[in-house]
Amino acid sequence: MSCCGKNDKSGCCSGEKSSAFGEPSPLDTARRWFLKSAAAFTTVALAPGVTLMAFAGAAPASAGPGRGPATAKERWGLLIDVAKCADDCSACVSACSKENGWKDTGHPLTDPQWIRKVTVSGKGATASLPVMCQHCASPPCVDVCPTGASFKRADGIVLVDKHLCIGCRYCVMACPYKARSFVHEPLEDQLAHAPRGKGTVESCTLCVHRVDEGRQPACVEACAATGHGAMIFGDLNDPESAISRRIAQFPTHQLRADLGCDPGVRYGTGS
Amino acid sequence: MARIAFQRLDDHSPFYWGQLGLHALIIVLGLSAAYYMESNGHIVTGMSNGIVWGTPHVFAVFLVVAASGALNLASISSVFNRLEYKPYARLSGILAIALLVGGLAVLVLDLGRPDRLVVAMTTYNFKSIFSWNIYLYTGFIAIVGAYLFVMMDRTASRVPALTKTFGGIAFVWRLILTTGTGSIFGFLVARDAYDTAVLAPLFIAASLLYGLAFTVLVLVTMAYETRGDLMGEEMVAKFRGLLFIFALSVIYFTALYHLTKLYGTKYHGFEAFLLRDGGIYPAVFWLGEVGIGLALPLAILHFSRERMALSLACVLFLIGGLAQMYLIIIGGQAYPLDIFPGMQVSSSFGDGAITPYRPSLPELMLGVSGVSIAMLITGLAVKLMPFLPKPVNE
Repeated sequence: MSCCGKNDKSGCCSGEKSSAFGEPSPLDTARRWFLKSAAAFTTVALAPGVTLMAFAGAAPASAGPGRGPATAKERWGLLIDVAKCADDCSACVSACSKENGWKDTGHPLTDPQWIRKVTVSGKGATASLPVMCQHCASPPCVDVCPTGASFKRADGIVLVDKHLCIGCRYCVMACPYKARSFVHEPLEDQLAHAPRGKGTVESCTLCVHRVDEGRQPACVEACAATGHGAMIFGDLNDPESAISRRIAQFPTHQLRADLGCDPGVRYGTGS
Repeated sequence: MARIAFQRLDDHSPFYWGQLGLHALIIVLGLSAAYYMESNGHIVTGMSNGIVWGTPHVFAVFLVVAASGALNLASISSVFNRLEYKPYARLSGILAIALLVGGLAVLVLDLGRPDRLVVAMTTYNFKSIFSWNIYLYTGFIAIVGAYLFVMMDRTASRVPALTKTFGGIAFVWRLILTTGTGSIFGFLVARDAYDTAVLAPLFIAASLLYGLAFTVLVLVTMAYETRGDLMGEEMVAKFRGLLFIFALSVIYFTALYHLTKLYGTKYHGFEAFLLRDGGIYPAVFWLGEVGIGLALPLAILHFSRERMALSLACVLFLIGGLAQMYLIIIGGQAYPLDIFPGMQVSSSFGDGAITPYRPSLPELMLGVSGVSIAMLITGLAVKLMPFLPKPVNE
């Protein structure tokens, strides 16, 4: 059983671990303000020299071509190392846009943004981190969708069935992460692997077409290519996967964990 | 007991046809607006990924809420056995259906894919309160339709138990329906404006007020046609009293909503935005909802017993209702989501910022057309069938 299940009380995913890995740098300490309350983070120390980069290049544990139907055996997730995410880098955003065909047309409030860089500041420090669909275990968007167009695959990937979406936008209202976009304009030159539709809602698919081929999401690949290695993709259910090992070793945090949605995207500082 | 007489409009006055024509024109404009939005995408509206529900939803929810309340007079007569309200029960029922159809039409026409209405009607996610509402709305139309039948059918109307039974079912159904409408917002846990059960009773209180205001205004308008008073002095006084109570209920639940939010520290930012710092939104609240929409009509009702005062108060209550829905729906979305509590955030997607919104003309046309759909249905119904009471002086 995964240590990161919805009802898990072990604390392995809570980010409240206390360890003896050494003192964090002042920068790391500052960045953690964004992720967790001060009280929790004062107990945190990380292993020096261990980076997410080392794991970012590794393929998911169960990756392989033609994986077959999604099963609950896996739960795909992302780990984002905020300390490694460069303020001036948006390679993940560009890669997602190119991979899935959504574009910046100069209307930031109406253009779809499957992934965005959010600048978070406070307590004297600033960080920049990507926010996308958090692929919750209990996704509010799925709960509220009247037609069942919003759905969660057995492997935890939250998607929109473009044939069932009626464009009511209730899921956009319900998403705690502002992760969903409504397609406001007619579309052209769509990509076969990423069907979209005017008048429907869309969001990060975790590059499901790639995942099903045993590949990594485009954002993760792009992040690794820049040398930052701030993103790890993998199976949260597999305790031997790179992502699970990182989550077991170092504190990570789920955005708005208080809502109990159990996002599959975790944020942490791993260096 | 004197038999209650009903009538249908049989005059063809320019006033009546003029009104129908005006509503038909507005509906055509609304349909054109919907077609324009459907063809070009919602980019032509003021809505965005920050404000996904805009002016059409303000009108749609307003009409759906009012629909439930329009059944007031029928409920009072059948469920609470107050015979003096019986002459208004039929009109009350048809107006309830008409308002609901008007509201639903706007909701459907604003969908990103209105052509997929059949999907919404055949594919359900039963965990969705939205899905439940589809059942509640269609069920409401069917139940009130049956209720009207047993009230109007020559044979069925002679069985008081039937009227009472269907009236009772409709009464319970409308309470559930409005609870469901309020819960569409109340169940949204991530937004500071929502995530509260008090929205359901607030919507019920609002429905009582808007519904009765609509009913009174229709009665006043129809009185021009029937050339006879449809409300005696006694009923004017009763309607006045009911409006007073319903408005005070709205004030109570509105105050409760804001006090609950003000009590919780994490909502202080939202309350400051809505009540003080949010630009247009505090103005809509204090001037629109509270001033024009509640305080002024209450003062008018308090100081004047004239029919004109009653009509004016009803118009003001409805304006206040639109202001209230604007605040709940638009204001609730304009305030940013708190994804990183306690931190300042910014992004290309408007994180951490108040989302701007300016209603576009097509949105407004579509929204207003919902009111016209309701009024056109009512206008035609009273011409085709005896929904109206006989004037009190006949």
